[in-house]
Amino acid sequence: MTSAIALKGVRKDFGTFTALSDVSFDIKDNEFFTLLGPSGCGKTTLLRLIAGFEDTTAGTIHLYGEEIENLPPNKRPVNTVFQNYALFPHMNVAENIGFALRMLGWTKADITLRVAEMVEMVQLGQFVHRKPSQLSGGQQQRVALARAMAPKPKVLLLDEPLSALDLKLRQEMRTELKRLQRETGITFIFVTHDQEEALSMSDRIAVMSSGAVQQIGSPNQIYENPANRFVADFIGETNLIASRVDSADGMHVVCSLADGEVLTALANSPLGPGSTGVVSIRPESLTVTKTAPKGESLRGTLGDAVYLGTDTQYTVLLAKELTLKVRMQNQFVASQALKQGDPVFVSIADGAARFLVD
Amino acid sequence: MNRRFDIKHYQGFLAITCLCLFILYAPLIIVMIYSFNDSASITNWGGFSLRWYADVFTGPESEKFKLAAWNSLSIAVMAATVATTVATAGAIGMIRGGQFRGKSASFALISLPIMVPEIVTAVATLIFFSTIGFKLGTLSILVAHIVFCIPFAYLPISARLQGIEASYEEAAQDLYADRWRTFRYVLMPIMWPGILSGFLLAFIISLDDFIITNFIKGAGIETLPTAIFGSVKQGIKPNIMALSTLLLLFSIALVTLSYFIGKRGQEPHPTD
Repeated sequence: MTSAIALKGVRKDFGTFTALSDVSFDIKDNEFFTLLGPSGCGKTTLLRLIAGFEDTTAGTIHLYGEEIENLPPNKRPVNTVFQNYALFPHMNVAENIGFALRMLGWTKADITLRVAEMVEMVQLGQFVHRKPSQLSGGQQQRVALARAMAPKPKVLLLDEPLSALDLKLRQEMRTELKRLQRETGITFIFVTHDQEEALSMSDRIAVMSSGAVQQIGSPNQIYENPANRFVADFIGETNLIASRVDSADGMHVVCSLADGEVLTALANSPLGPGSTGVVSIRPESLTVTKTAPKGESLRGTLGDAVYLGTDTQYTVLLAKELTLKVRMQNQFVASQALKQGDPVFVSIADGAARFLVD
Repeated sequence: MNRRFDIKHYQGFLAITCLCLFILYAPLIIVMIYSFNDSASITNWGGFSLRWYADVFTGPESEKFKLAAWNSLSIAVMAATVATTVATAGAIGMIRGGQFRGKSASFALISLPIMVPEIVTAVATLIFFSTIGFKLGTLSILVAHIVFCIPFAYLPISARLQGIEASYEEAAQDLYADRWRTFRYVLMPIMWPGILSGFLLAFIISLDDFIITNFIKGAGIETLPTAIFGSVKQGIKPNIMALSTLLLLFSIALVTLSYFIGKRGQEPHPTD
């Protein structure tokens, strides 16, 4: 099966600035693929290279086996949903949605039929004669989606399409986008800096930073098995504690923290003693107790506790100014018992500690 | 806003404003009032009458004025059309062309005609035409008008284009429009208010021009401004006041139209 998109050694320079350096990966057919990273990481540049708005400095881009990096945007069977929607202000909803079909030379009857179908799909029936300026942000978003999907592109590119919407609408649109992708079977490439968006919708995520791909994997893999310090830090909340490997048995390592305490962790690759790096532990895989638990635990003093409804966030002070963030679900009785300044034990859920080499 | 820094509370604000407005507009108002004077004298009021307006259209000088008006209008329409086309192309090149060598120089070249004293341009154009042996007449006026109209058309068009995000054109190309159809169906309709107000501005500038036209028109052809000047040299008659008033009203109407078109173009866009 050929990949929807195959990138090989893709590089993009703007003058002396390198926006992308040697990016290579494949996106599968029918996949909801997300490019995730902080602003300036090159994710939008990569999308623009696939759309054809920028030329690659080096490397090749294949679309279902066909080399496309020398084709202009109007010759590529991919369509884009722009961050600002870029709906044509002088055309009404129906004209906007039908634009690509008109350019492709469809007959009037076919265009009318397809536009009606798209309008139905995004539930904008009563607005077809309105201009974009007469629509709300969410409605404009739907028009932009319908317009880009009308010509049945092989790949749909979405450039932070939800960032202009308010929180509630954004959450609704996530479900909506996922539904549209499943129903149409079109490959989606979605660009975002919002990790929650990425985790909730994607089949696979490419985490990017400073022009390079840091890790590609399912949301679950990315969150639970971060490939390096950047990914662990960028996705979700985590405790990163500098440490050093004392002894190793394959990927299982025993490492010591700056305060002298020792814990076991899992590495991404076999390591030898003496390797330095960080231990990454998610706050929700830690448990604070007053009495010593069975098995491995760290000793500390309870700092502040922030009550967040479903759970409480604790700060635990270890020796040598190390602190741990802990997130525990509220049990409605037990959580009341812990007080600031109490000596406590922090235990780590099995397999939750990851050792990431520098 | 703090009242102390409100310009309306400066000493003498009202008096100076009134003085400026008076100096600017008193002559125009006097011309307008005396165009309705029944008397043949230009200084003594002899009662209200429309006779000088009738005189403009039917009097002894009416044939001359009609021909001059026709020349002025036809030259203005043609000059403004060509200048607007060139200015639109220029604006797209300057604003969508990215960074290129000589961009600042190009901008200076485009706007130079506005800054060069008109008399210099007039003399230079005359010398140029006679050096290359270009026959002075309607065509020489047209060529000169096209040239000095370009920067005036360029300004509103480029201002409009600058406010249009490049993503509209990217969207059009993404949706299978080639470059020409991107311009035809997307960019031009969006920048249309700018193009229209550029055209109207160029039209007015061409219609009003006296200095350059007077130098290069050659014998036997008059535009409205040169015809009026010719009449005035033989003494000011009230029919000139009537004609001037008509011209003034026409100009005001066009400028107003241009203003409202420009304003309509600034309606908030969904993405602004």
